[in-house]
Amino acid sequence: MTISTLTRGGAQREQQHCLRKMERVIIAMQDPDIGLKMRNQRLLITVIPHAMTGNDIMEWLIQKYNITDEEAGHLGGLLVQYGYIYPLKEPRSLILRSDDSPYRFQTPYFWTSSRWPASELDYAIYLAKKNIRKQGELVDYEKQNYNLLHKRINHTWDFVVMQAREQIRASKQRRKADRIVLECQEQAYWLVNKPCPGAFDVFDLGPERCNVLNSRVILNSSLLFFLLRISSVPNNSLSSHFLLSLSCVCSFMKFCDQYHQHDPIMSGCLPSNPWISDDTTHWTINTDLVGTPTRLRVERWSFSFMELLNDCLGRREFMTYLEKEFSGENLCFWEACEDLRHGESSKIILKVEEVYKTFLSPGAARWVNIDSKTMERTLEGIKQPHRFVMDDAQMHIYFLMKKDSYPRYLKSDLYKNMLSKAIVPQETKKSVFPFMRRQRHSSPSPAMVSQATEDNEPKYL
Amino acid sequence: MRFSISPEMATQEVQPNETLSNLKAESDTLKTKLEDERAKLHDVELHQVAEKVDGLGQFIMKTRRTLKGHGNKVLCMDWCKDKRRIVSSSQDGKVIVWDAFTTNKEHAVTMPCTWVMACAYAPSGCAVACGGLDNKCSVYPLSLDKNENLAAKKKSVAMHTNYLSACSFTNSDMQILTSSGDGTCALWDVESGQLLQSFHGHAADVLCLDLAPSETGNTFISGGCDKKANVWDMRSGQCIQSFETHESDINSVRYYPSGDAFASGSDDATCRLYDLRADREVAIYSKESIIFGASSVDFSLSGRLLFGGYNDYTINVWDVLKGTRVSILFGHENRVSALRVSPDGTAFCSGSWDHTLRVRNGQMCTFTHFCFVLQRLGKHLLCSLLCWLSFIRSSFPSSTKMSIHHGFY
Repeated sequence: MTISTLTRGGAQREQQHCLRKMERVIIAMQDPDIGLKMRNQRLLITVIPHAMTGNDIMEWLIQKYNITDEEAGHLGGLLVQYGYIYPLKEPRSLILRSDDSPYRFQTPYFWTSSRWPASELDYAIYLAKKNIRKQGELVDYEKQNYNLLHKRINHTWDFVVMQAREQIRASKQRRKADRIVLECQEQAYWLVNKPCPGAFDVFDLGPERCNVLNSRVILNSSLLFFLLRISSVPNNSLSSHFLLSLSCVCSFMKFCDQYHQHDPIMSGCLPSNPWISDDTTHWTINTDLVGTPTRLRVERWSFSFMELLNDCLGRREFMTYLEKEFSGENLCFWEACEDLRHGESSKIILKVEEVYKTFLSPGAARWVNIDSKTMERTLEGIKQPHRFVMDDAQMHIYFLMKKDSYPRYLKSDLYKNMLSKAIVPQETKKSVFPFMRRQRHSSPSPAMVSQATEDNEPKYL
Repeated sequence: MRFSISPEMATQEVQPNETLSNLKAESDTLKTKLEDERAKLHDVELHQVAEKVDGLGQFIMKTRRTLKGHGNKVLCMDWCKDKRRIVSSSQDGKVIVWDAFTTNKEHAVTMPCTWVMACAYAPSGCAVACGGLDNKCSVYPLSLDKNENLAAKKKSVAMHTNYLSACSFTNSDMQILTSSGDGTCALWDVESGQLLQSFHGHAADVLCLDLAPSETGNTFISGGCDKKANVWDMRSGQCIQSFETHESDINSVRYYPSGDAFASGSDDATCRLYDLRADREVAIYSKESIIFGASSVDFSLSGRLLFGGYNDYTINVWDVLKGTRVSILFGHENRVSALRVSPDGTAFCSGSWDHTLRVRNGQMCTFTHFCFVLQRLGKHLLCSLLCWLSFIRSSFPSSTKMSIHHGFY
C-alpha cells in the first residue's frame, strides 16, 4: 500500500469538502452587500486595487460568525494558509496579521480546489519565468526543484522555456498594477502548492482511504430490501413512539445530573485535581482496594448495579453481604462466567467443566438456582462447550441479583455503615507560593505490580 | 434504522436479474421512504427538552502537561486504567508508553511499519496493542527489564487485507477488537491469534470503533467512510442498528457513559449524538465557523461535555444537552488526531500532528473562582517582587537559592 501526498479517493474527497466550505466563506466575504469593504492599497509606488487589511478580515469574521478574536484570527489564518487570501507585503509568510497589512483575494483560477494537483509543466514554466526575469531570484528549494524538473521533463524543456519567454513578453504589455497583481497571484498559488520543505503543506493528508467498494453496495441494498419487508409490519403507534423519544432524551438529563458531582471537570475533585496541584492524594485515596473509600465512591454504588460490580471494593462488599444471606454462589457464578467469556480460547473447555462441577451439577458444592428451562438449555449447550455457552444462565443470575439482592443491599446496615464511615477529603488550601512546583512522584507501573503477584487462581473457589 | 435479521433472510440470495443500478435505485427509494416515515413521528429534539437545564458557565481549560518525544505526527493514543499512563503511536512507527503525570517515557517500541494509526492499552496495564499500514495488530507485553527488547516478545494477533484503523481490548487482555480499511471489523483471541468473529456490513473503510459500557457488554459501534455508524452484536456478528445521517466519513465514535447513546465525529465538520433506544439522531453539534472535520471525540465522565478534536488544530468543547459550544481550545500547531478523556475524568489528552500530546483539564468559572484567580495573581506578583528584591540583595553569596517555577502554562 503506497501513500502519496497528492492522492485521489478518500483523502482528496475529505479535502474537497473543506475547500468548498472555505470557498463559501470567501464568496460571502466578497459579496457586494454584506462582504468586506475593499479599497486601493498603496504598495511602494503602485496602487493595487481591491485590497483589504488584515484587521478588516478579522472584524468581518468576528461579526459574521459571532466568535472571539482568537478564533477569527485562527480561521483567517487558515484561509491564508490554504491560499484563498494572500498577503501583499510579505508574500512568503502565509499568516494573517491583524493590523493594517494589505491582503487580496486569490482569483478563482488559482484556487486550491480548481487546480489540483498542480501540474509539473506549469511549475516548470513558473520557475523558468522567475529565472529568466531575474537571475538569483530563485530560492534554494526552488533551485533544487528547478534542477529536478529539468532532469525529469528534459524532453519538453524547449517548450517550457519558450512558454516562459512568451508569458514574460505578454506581461510586459500589461499595466504595471495588473502585472504586479498577476505576479502576486501566481506566486501565492505556488507558495501553497509547492511549499518550502519544512513549511506547512496543505496537501499532507495521511493514508489514502478507499472509495466505496462496489461489491458491498449490493450487500447493502439487500439489507435495505429486508428492511422494507420488516417496516411493512404495523409499527408502534405515534404516541408511544413520542413517549419513548421523550423518555430517552430525559434519561440523558437525569444521567448528567446524577453524575455531575462525580465529574472532576464539572465539579472539581477532592482534595485536589492531581494534574493541577501535582498532588496524587486523590488517586491514593481512590485505589482499588483502599481501606476506607470516599463518600462519592460509595454513593456511586447506589446509581446502578453495574457501578457496584465494576468497583473492586464494591464487589467485595456485595460479596460479604451475599455470604451473609447465603447467596454468595450467585456472584461467584457470575464472575466465573465473565472469566469464561473473556478468557483465553484454549482454556474454554476446562473452564466450562469447572463451572459445571462447581455450580450446575446436581449436588454441586455451590449450586446456583436457575429456572429449569435455562438449566436445560445450558446443560445441552455444555455438550459442545464454547465461549458463550453460559450466557443465558449468567443473564438469569445477573438479573436475579439486580432485582433482588442489590436493592436489599442498598437498604442494609452493611451499606449504611460503609456510607457513614466513608471519608470526605478536605479541599487542599492553595499554597502561599503557588509558583513553587511540587515534586512529581512516579508510581509503580501496573506491569510490575502484576508480575509480582502469582498467577491468579480461579476466583470462585 | 433498526432491523432484526432472521437467519432465513440473511441467507437469501440476490436475484440475478437485479442489476447494480436497479438495486441502488431501490435502496435510494427505501431511504427516502424511511425518512418520510421518521418525519411523521414528531420526534423531540434533545436541546428542546434541555431548555430547563442550567446553562454552563465559562470554562478555563489549561494545558497541564505537554509530552514531547515523538519525532513525527502523533496518530493515536490511549489511557491506562491507572489514570496516569498513556500509550501513543506516530507516523514514523514509534509507539511510546508515558507516565503522563511525570512526563517520563517508560517504554518505546519501533514498529516495522509507518503510520501506526491504532494503539490501545490492555486493561491490566501489562501490554499494548498497535498496528497500522502493516495490516496487522500486534501485542507487546510491557517488560520492566530495561535491557529487554520489547520487540522480541511481540505477538502478531490480527491480520487484515488493508490498513488497521483502530483497535481495542475487550474486558480482558485476552481479546482484541479491530477495524480495518478493508471494510471489516474483527474479534481476535490474543493467545492463539485466532479469528473469533468477523463483522461485515460497511461498504467502505471502517475508521473507528468503541466498545459498549453497558451491563450486557456484548455490543460495539463502528464508523466508516460509507458515512454509516453501525451497532454490532459481538456474539453473532450481525449488525443490529445502523445510522446514516452524516455527510462524510465518520472519523470517530464514542459511547455516552450510560451506554444508551453514542457520539460521532465526521469530516463534514459536525459531531452528532445518536440515541440507541429511540433509534435516531438526537443532536447535531456544529457551527458555521467550524469548517474542518472532527477527527476524534470523547465525553467527560458525566456525559455533559463532549470534547472534539478537529483538523483545524482546535478542540471544541460542546454542551451535550443544550447543543451549544462551551469553549474552543487552541495550542496545537497541526491537526488534532486523537483525543481521550482519562478513565477517572480528571483530565483529557489530545495527540496532534505537531508531534506532541497535551494533557488538559479545567474548571467551570464561577464568580468566587474568578476572585480566587485574581487573588492568586496578586500574590504571585507580590512574591515575584519580593524574590526580585532578595535577588538584588543577594549579591553576597548565599547558601540557599530559590528556584521559581511558573504554575501557569
